[in-house]
Amino acid sequence: MLDPLALAVALPLLGALLVTMLPGWSRTLGMLTALATTGVALWLTVTVWSGEGLRSDLGGWGVPLGIGLRADGLAAALVAMANLVALAISINATGYFGAAESSRKFWPLWLLLWTALNGLFLAADLFNLYVMLELLGLSAAALGALTGTREAAEANLRYLLVGLLGSMTYLLGVALLYTAYGVLDLELVAEALTPGPVAWSALALMVGGLLLKSALFPLHFWLPPAHANAPAPVSAALSALVVKAAIYLVLRLWLDLFDGIVTLPAAMLLGLLGAGAVLWGSWRALRAERLKLLAAYSTVAQIGYLFLFLPLLTAAPDGDTRERLLTALVLLALTHGFAKAGFFLAAGLVQKSTGHDRIRELGGAAQSLPAATFTIGLAGVALIGLPPSGTFFAKWILVGQAIALGQWWWALVAMAGTLLAAAYVFRVLARAFNREPTPKCFLTDPRTEIPALLLAALSALGVGLAAQPIAVLLGAGV
Amino acid sequence: MSHEILLTQLLYGSAGLLFFLLGAWSFISHEPLWRKLIALNIMGAGVFHVLVAVAYRGLDTPPDPVPHALVLTGIVVAVSATALALAFGRRLDREAPEHASDAHGGVDDREDGTHA
Repeated sequence: MLDPLALAVALPLLGALLVTMLPGWSRTLGMLTALATTGVALWLTVTVWSGEGLRSDLGGWGVPLGIGLRADGLAAALVAMANLVALAISINATGYFGAAESSRKFWPLWLLLWTALNGLFLAADLFNLYVMLELLGLSAAALGALTGTREAAEANLRYLLVGLLGSMTYLLGVALLYTAYGVLDLELVAEALTPGPVAWSALALMVGGLLLKSALFPLHFWLPPAHANAPAPVSAALSALVVKAAIYLVLRLWLDLFDGIVTLPAAMLLGLLGAGAVLWGSWRALRAERLKLLAAYSTVAQIGYLFLFLPLLTAAPDGDTRERLLTALVLLALTHGFAKAGFFLAAGLVQKSTGHDRIRELGGAAQSLPAATFTIGLAGVALIGLPPSGTFFAKWILVGQAIALGQWWWALVAMAGTLLAAAYVFRVLARAFNREPTPKCFLTDPRTEIPALLLAALSALGVGLAAQPIAVLLGAGV
Repeated sequence: MSHEILLTQLLYGSAGLLFFLLGAWSFISHEPLWRKLIALNIMGAGVFHVLVAVAYRGLDTPPDPVPHALVLTGIVVAVSATALALAFGRRLDREAPEHASDAHGGVDDREDGTHA
């Protein structure tokens, strides 16, 4: 019987092996794999959405020895977003890299990264999460350095080392949990956990390691150079998907595994760091001189928003409030995934056609690329949080619940971040309205522009309007 | 007997924790790449030490296979990560810093330098 869970991980892995063996066919094989994987991922999401949580034990080996995969609403929502974004990035990459030598190097690493992403969202035990996390970090660092420039190599070496430090710390947490409880399966560990020094140390080690990987302020220092120096399709994947994977894992641990263990002060600390990220990241984005650096700092800020939800989720009583907050959090993560991927792909086109991405000198260039500029505008709508983007609804719920739960200071942070985001988006768009002759043709390079445009449109219009089905999905299969 | 096992486990386990802490300290406080890499591998060895200690169930009983599988997988991951980091290091060593000043932010299809 065909199993969407196993296929979602096995297909891209198989594709990665094939493109490594047949580099001459890498574009065709890569695109085929991308289409098939996205199809399977959507099938998986629809299955979960229609009400059944999925769980399968690979090779018929059950817990505690075997490797299990499972999908609930949260995992399915992120899988759907990640695979749609990854498909758009794949189409963009066929145009961006063309048939150049770097195309052959791109595809194997990219499909490996895709394998790791799906594996991470679907893994059912702590150790497989670690393996997928490492696979993700290794392939992301190698992809990020694909341009071969010194800056890229330096930035990605730092990214790799920081990532390794993070995952070693996570692994020690896993070892502690295994020592205490003798199980690794997420559900079994969650049942066995009791408050005490072991649980607290494990929580601190695992979440601490993952914060390094998810680039929460002030541990974000590695992100801007690594994301800004990668080729555009890779930047899109790093900012939209790879960082999300680490945050997904933090959420999983925080909400499912350590649900009874986490304390409000700890959540407040993470919220405080998130607030720092929102303000500092937005400010640096406003001051950035290059378009891709702006996008990277904007990612730092958007990660901060996600962590603002943790103190609210911890303080909220179980039930309706908590579900609404979780829906808002996921809406924000999905919208940011689509928006930032579209933004980076468009920025890549601007950089490719002008040879630079300095915002100050963007004027004429932006105007001669109407589709790319429109994409940046649409993605900007989602980054600021104008209606009807998903960010708008997410921030609405964030602000409302922050006041309702008596933690009004987060509302101030969210509003200040929104203002700063508007400032940095309009700073880019303002350059596009010089008095230069407007070209007749909207699209310049369809293969790179259309995926970017679709992603941005999805972020500005699609996710927000689909808030209801997403809420249903999140409630499914728990 | 069980008392002895506990003591052995405790001894090995705390040695592992000590390794981890020494590695983490060394990773943070030293700049050169190779020192950082050695530090990371010592941290890894510390975690593996803890896991091997957990698996021990006395001389008469076979050890718990799960932690052993984790350690084996962990070693494979650590070796690959070290190899990739060394490849980056070689790439950085090959080119003097002043060469790269013109490449600032440029995204081009240049030959990538990460063969290992």
